[in-house]
Amino acid sequence: MSEQRSHIITAVVQHRPGVLQRVSGLFTRRGFNIDSITVGPSEKNGMARMTIISRGDEKVLEQITKQLNKIIEVIKVRDLDPQSTVLRELCLIKTHAPNEKSRSEIIQYANIFRGRIIDVSPYSLTIEITGTPDKIDALIDLLQSFGIQKIVRTGPTAISRGSKTI
Amino acid sequence: MKGSKAIIQSLADQGVDVVFGYPGGVLLPLYDEIYDSDLRHILVRHEQCAAHAADGFARASGKVGVCIGTSGPGATNLTTGIATAYMDSSPVVALAGQVATHLIGNDAFQEVDTLGITMPITKHSFQAMDPAEIPPMMKSAFYIASTGRPGPVVLDLPKDVQEAEFEYPETVEIELPGYRPTRKGNPRQIKRAADVIIKAKKPVILAGGGVIISGSSPELGKFSELIGAPVTTTLMGKGSFPEDHPLSLGMLGMHGRKVANFLIDDCDCLIAIGCRFSDRTTGDVTKFAPNAQIVHIDVDPAEIGKNVDVDLPLVGDAKTILVHLIKEIKNNRERTKKWVAHVKEFRSSCMPRLTFDDFPLKPQQVIKEISETVNDDTILTTDVGQNQMWMAHYFTSRIPRKFISSGGLGTMGFGFPAAMGAKVALPEEDVVAVCGDGGFLMVCQDLATVREYDIPVVVCVLDNRYLGMVAQWQKLFYEERISHTRLGEVPDFVKLAEAFGVNAYRAEKPGEVKETLNDAIKSGEPSLIDIIIDPHENLPMVPPGCGLTEMIGEYKVEREVPGEIPYREAAPEKRGD
Ligand SMILES: Cc1ncc(C[n+]2csc(CCOP(=O)(O)OP(=O)(O)O)c2C)c(N)n1
Ligand SMILES: [Mg+2]
Repeated sequence: MSEQRSHIITAVVQHRPGVLQRVSGLFTRRGFNIDSITVGPSEKNGMARMTIISRGDEKVLEQITKQLNKIIEVIKVRDLDPQSTVLRELCLIKTHAPNEKSRSEIIQYANIFRGRIIDVSPYSLTIEITGTPDKIDALIDLLQSFGIQKIVRTGPTAISRGSKTI
Repeated sequence: MKGSKAIIQSLADQGVDVVFGYPGGVLLPLYDEIYDSDLRHILVRHEQCAAHAADGFARASGKVGVCIGTSGPGATNLTTGIATAYMDSSPVVALAGQVATHLIGNDAFQEVDTLGITMPITKHSFQAMDPAEIPPMMKSAFYIASTGRPGPVVLDLPKDVQEAEFEYPETVEIELPGYRPTRKGNPRQIKRAADVIIKAKKPVILAGGGVIISGSSPELGKFSELIGAPVTTTLMGKGSFPEDHPLSLGMLGMHGRKVANFLIDDCDCLIAIGCRFSDRTTGDVTKFAPNAQIVHIDVDPAEIGKNVDVDLPLVGDAKTILVHLIKEIKNNRERTKKWVAHVKEFRSSCMPRLTFDDFPLKPQQVIKEISETVNDDTILTTDVGQNQMWMAHYFTSRIPRKFISSGGLGTMGFGFPAAMGAKVALPEEDVVAVCGDGGFLMVCQDLATVREYDIPVVVCVLDNRYLGMVAQWQKLFYEERISHTRLGEVPDFVKLAEAFGVNAYRAEKPGEVKETLNDAIKSGEPSLIDIIIDPHENLPMVPPGCGLTEMIGEYKVEREVPGEIPYREAAPEKRGD
């Protein structure tokens, strides 16, 4: 069988109550792996777009796509080619920052990663960063030594490059 | 118009004239409306039976069956029947009452998350939060249930929505942008399949329930003759091809016929139509049809490649595709002549033995007597367990929609209420339910329904005082440790039936099944026959995890043919890729 890899699945769905439950329920029920799922309104009225990150071989992916397509409210499903896809995730990190030295170091790191400081308190800083999951992981690694208090991640969302649409 | 009246109106718009249901608090508005409507309502004695009856109605007639249950326990009682319909792709619409919208989520009295519970066992589901949603939701429900690969649809109906007033629209518009049920099959792919099929020297056709659902039995018959391929069926496909035809192999699989299991192993091309390669059908998939190129026709693309790797998928309606394939393929009989001769010979060498004059009665003999009593149009339903497999293995079905059984879910208690539904759908046909004593007892309260509504079905209880199928496994695989599968001496099924005012008979000796069944059918009354059978007779089987040819148990045949050798002459063509 072909190799396991992470897949970026994008789906256009009718924006209705219960759709998210149908989709996530399908993954658990059929034993498909699910790393993350994001959903929000799309450019079309009444339609939402979902991004699902899932791991599996080609056969599993084929089943996922086909099973998703069977959900009545699912309009379209595509497995995005990672080569031609822009993938972004938002992450908020609250880190321990007790003194001047740590603060300035953290701010420098944040700058390098094009993050922003969005909240400051006497003992902590909160950083907002957007990027690929790898980039976010790298920043988190760097900040580990200061003592991270809280991490909130949205899970990745994705769009294909160029004029392609689904 | 009130929401409740809109439900009745929608049912009328869909041509529904009968429903199976059971009322309750939140259904009072609907039942009040039923009171002076033309809708025929059959009050079952357990909601599970309402769902099974609707399912039996649907399977026998091809029309959508409708069942109704109240919120909470009514809805949960429906779920077994809904799941049964889901697994066997049967078009059922289940109407469930729900607590008033302002109470939803509060753990109100008899509140249950019906949508949540039924999500994994329905094709789709709706909750009406406004009466104006009822007409389009009802229309969509029937459309979704009956098209493409059919399946059950649930409608959740809160009490206040049933009571609210609205304007019933002139025309009901529905919008389902994500639902594309009809597919014709890709012509290029069909050509490719035809190329594979005409090269085959030893083709076998595997027909599933999809052949029956799509109404393509006539095309299947033509196709089989055209290419010279024998036909085996799954449990759900039983009746799609006449089983007394010399090219019929009967059912394959765990409890399948020897001829089917061996020829699947031998064939060089398997054309599977409307089936999903369940584990009960394939045995160990890695050993399934090892020499064959597999062509798989199915309306549900998700079934292709799900359980078995397929060389040539054809997604679409089986009938359309078969018609197309028949046009593409010229006669292939010359190439398969030898194979056909072998098939016929092998088939007759291992016809299972039916005739036994033993006392207590052998189940085979019971099935034989049933076969000899009923006619081609009689609808036979089965329950689950040995009774079901005796029927599946030994009963000769000739016509689609005449053999009705819970295949996918294997629901004990299905046979009798399904028979009730089938009889309501087709009152002109005789309907016989073949049940186990365990399974029938799970639903016996609905003898009251068939009596009160004069639904003259005949229930044959294969009375072995065991949960026979489970006991068989205990005997074969658990050192005969019969743990909790012995049912004891009660009830007296004759007395039980009589308590409900149902005609009752007992059959114990060869000949008596025929006699009593004949009387029961002739009586035109709901009847029960308590058939005392030998509890120790086991079915031939393929143990779990084994390939189809690794059958165990003695395969008793009608006629021994000396020196029978499996046909191996033509070298199998190389499997694709
Ligand atoms: C609702 C339900 N519970 C349990 C089972 C498991 N099961 C399968 S066959 C069987 C035995 C059935 O006994 P009976 O109805 O007497 O039929 P027999 O096998 O004896 O013909 C059981 C318990 C089932 N299929 N359905
Ligand atoms: Mg029994």
